Amino acid sequence: MLKRLAAGVASALNTDYGALQAHEIEGDAALAVRGLTVSYGGAPVVFSVDATFPEGTMSAVIGPNGAGKSTMLKAALGIVPRLSGKVEVFGAPFVDVRQAVAYVPQRASVDWDFPTRARDVVLMGLYRRVGLLGRIGARERAAADAALERVGMSGFAERQIGQLSGGQQQRVFLARALAQDARLLLLDEPFAGVDAATERAIIAVLHDLKAEGRTVVAVHHDLSTVRATFDRVLLLNVRKIAEGPTEEAFTEENLRAAYGGKLGALALPAQDAPAASLH
Amino acid sequence: MSALTQALTLGAGYNAALVTVGAALLGGAAGSVGTFMFLRKRALVSDALAHSTLPGIAIAFMVMVALGGDGRNLPGLLAGSAISAAIGLVAVDLITRHTRLAQDAAIGAVLSVFFGFGVVCLTAIQTMTAGRQAGLETFLLGSTAGMLYSDALLIAASAALCVAGVFILRRPMTIVAFDAGFAETSGISVRAVDFAMTSLVLAVTVVGLKLVGLVLIVALLIIPPVAARFWSERSERVMLLAAAFGAASGYVGAAVSATAPALPTGALIVLTAFGFFAVSILFSPHRGVLAQIVMRRRTSVRVHRRQGLLALAKDEPIYDRMTLAVLLREGLVRPDGVMTEAGEAQAAHASRDEARWRVAAALFEPAALPVRGDPLIPIDGLFTDDQIAVIDAHLAGAKGA
Amino acid sequence: MGSEFVQLSLTPILIGVLAAVACALPGNFLLLRRQALIGDAISHVVLPGIVIAFLITGMVATWPMILGAAGAAVVAVVMIEAIKRLGRIEPGAAMGVTFTTLFAAGVLILEQTDTSSVHLDVQHALYGNLESLIWFDAVGWGSLFDLAALAGLPTELPRMAVVSVIVVVLLVLFWRPLKISTFDEGYAATIGIPVTVLGIGLVIVAAVAAVAAFDAVGSIIVIAMFICPPAAARLMTDRLERQIWWSVLFAATAAVAGYVLAGYGPQWLGRADSVSAAGMIATVSGLILAVACCVGPHRRAR
Repeated sequence: MLKRLAAGVASALNTDYGALQAHEIEGDAALAVRGLTVSYGGAPVVFSVDATFPEGTMSAVIGPNGAGKSTMLKAALGIVPRLSGKVEVFGAPFVDVRQAVAYVPQRASVDWDFPTRARDVVLMGLYRRVGLLGRIGARERAAADAALERVGMSGFAERQIGQLSGGQQQRVFLARALAQDARLLLLDEPFAGVDAATERAIIAVLHDLKAEGRTVVAVHHDLSTVRATFDRVLLLNVRKIAEGPTEEAFTEENLRAAYGGKLGALALPAQDAPAASLH
Repeated sequence: MSALTQALTLGAGYNAALVTVGAALLGGAAGSVGTFMFLRKRALVSDALAHSTLPGIAIAFMVMVALGGDGRNLPGLLAGSAISAAIGLVAVDLITRHTRLAQDAAIGAVLSVFFGFGVVCLTAIQTMTAGRQAGLETFLLGSTAGMLYSDALLIAASAALCVAGVFILRRPMTIVAFDAGFAETSGISVRAVDFAMTSLVLAVTVVGLKLVGLVLIVALLIIPPVAARFWSERSERVMLLAAAFGAASGYVGAAVSATAPALPTGALIVLTAFGFFAVSILFSPHRGVLAQIVMRRRTSVRVHRRQGLLALAKDEPIYDRMTLAVLLREGLVRPDGVMTEAGEAQAAHASRDEARWRVAAALFEPAALPVRGDPLIPIDGLFTDDQIAVIDAHLAGAKGA
Repeated sequence: MGSEFVQLSLTPILIGVLAAVACALPGNFLLLRRQALIGDAISHVVLPGIVIAFLITGMVATWPMILGAAGAAVVAVVMIEAIKRLGRIEPGAAMGVTFTTLFAAGVLILEQTDTSSVHLDVQHALYGNLESLIWFDAVGWGSLFDLAALAGLPTELPRMAVVSVIVVVLLVLFWRPLKISTFDEGYAATIGIPVTVLGIGLVIVAAVAAVAAFDAVGSIIVIAMFICPPAAARLMTDRLERQIWWSVLFAATAAVAGYVLAGYGPQWLGRADSVSAAGMIATVSGLILAVACCVGPHRRAR
């Protein structure tokens, strides 16, 4: 009995059981999850999700509030423990290919009052390259400034991060991911609370990244911009509702399955949609 | 009758009985008013408040001596402590509101600086001729030894007043602690209630100084509410239970400490309160650690069973050892991995349930879907038979199309 | 300022400065992580730690006491985390439960133990005894070059120096991961920084600094050094590197000014005796913070 209890606790505290049921994960996927289930103690908030994000694509993860979108991303990256399931990044466990992945957390998840400047945040993206004590010289600073320039923030390198607008803060986060030079970018609500100009700038950068053959996965709220921005979608509501190319999977029927009766409010014209999605 | 039962039945002398009753009343008042501080996420504000009483005590002593009175006059010392604690509170408030520093930094800064300044004052008193036997150190850890009858009466009476204050203010305090925004719109001044709440904390602290000491008084305001929180989701019940835990801790702690000289009152009260806490965190039915371990284990088994059944229904191989173990133990697969009869039936049921859920989510308003609570609940019990029939019709239609 | 200063004041001032700086350095990160009160919790649980160390070894000796106190700090941190996670209780309340309980246990055990033969009491643990750490063997500044006299230095000085060096070295070594994980823990985890280990390591370093300092400056005043210099420094600059330097400056200033005021202040007021140096150091650090709150160039969030 005690042994079984212990096994239960161990599995509750994130045990990767290696291979899971379900088919093998294909080789050309940048990110693939199989049977991913996450629970914060009680009932699962993400249940048995299978999803594949092929290399060189730009995918949106969409679904209502509390559907487990951010949780799925965090579980894939090992930030929150998973109850069961398997994750592969470029065909390998995430820990083996960390340097190939850049994660952009929700802007609200950090303390923007932290005493540091925009360039310092971008330099954090170079940590794996410079290590504990490696010198940050002119080359690294130039790389950070180039990343800032790419998001249209070259004049703001010296600015204290708390003095930036929400959109500018999001651009700094994106610049940090660019500095990492990753092949897979995972963004958690990159357009939440940003201005229209920033949204356009971020989308332009993401499209460039895709053109370079990189893979982008973004948790997204604004249904009105999905079609124009992303070429694949994953619809989630605790379970996976649908996944695939936008024109196939982003259908009225699938949206209704994901959002239920709430879709009416969310399918309003574009200018209303962000208000409904702010949460 | 042993000394302990004698003390617990208030038979250990008039002063001791008065102190015990006073400690129980104080614990009850502290537990209930502490609940509001805890629910307002300001539990440690009371720690800053308690520590900032020290300079007030010392300065009150000096002033009373300078005026030719007895420096050890308890009402005078308590008045001094209340004034300096109020100044400490204002300092915490000013720092959090007017600078970028967070509340925890403000609390830590105020409590350490006021305490440090209090120690400076205490050492200054030791150099005064009247200060040799001031005995102000007893306020640090509390002491009931050699307490005057008038002091015991003062403590018991003020503790009773605190209880009355909490009783009168319980409704507005509950509303503010639960939802300050709603309180404001319904005409309750949050500022006024916060002020009343803080004043009660101040009163409890000051009354408890002699009994529990300023280092430990904060425990009476924090531990009973935290312990009570494990037993209920309703704030009134949490408050009542916290009051009960606090009162019991005060009573038992004070009574036990009266039985022998080397049993400090404050420490015993705190340790009794911790006993309530320990039992609560381990054994309370929903939030307790044991209950949570059992629930996690159950969730884990349910998830693996369901995932295993779905894989079986789709005829996919299962590699996950935990999934296999669950299916095997419940007789759903044979050791060679082939489904049993029971497994086949349950796999069909599980896959039909999954399919129905997808349709149901699209068909019904989310309010009708308790799905958000738990995706693994079997759908049959949640919808009426005719609703299920509609779902199945849609399923059949989708397959036909 | 001659032989008397070297004999009576030099070592307490040095010990005070080292203790203040050793606590202020990790305090900067605790402040930014909204864990400022961990310092409060640690300094309270030092008492049960040393009491239990005394019970086990039967003597008041430095290293057992440091080990006991560090052990108690680790117990406290584990307890706080357990209450927070298992009981889903907010951090402030979890700390409040933990440090009051452990402190109460320490008081009870102390009262139950016969410690009359040794110098071990609650007051001492609370406010230390900086003034007594004098250098008997010193006859003047020349003693600094006299090996025999140097051997007579109070042991607290080399001990505090060693701890300070350890704190500085660890801070320099782990500067980048500490900074990244303090700013953005989720991101830090994805780039492979062991955030949990780093967080616990920070608290252990803080505990070691607190334990080494408590004997000299007392446990509650250690909190002042954990919080006040970093808090004041935060209001002076918007850059972490500069904040660290400001906090070191403030901590050292508080230690020196506090000691001098405590020792000579009463004389200036025409009184004979001195007041508690540790208390005065905390008071001065509070005054520095008060000034920073009023005029610090970065005192507001925007």
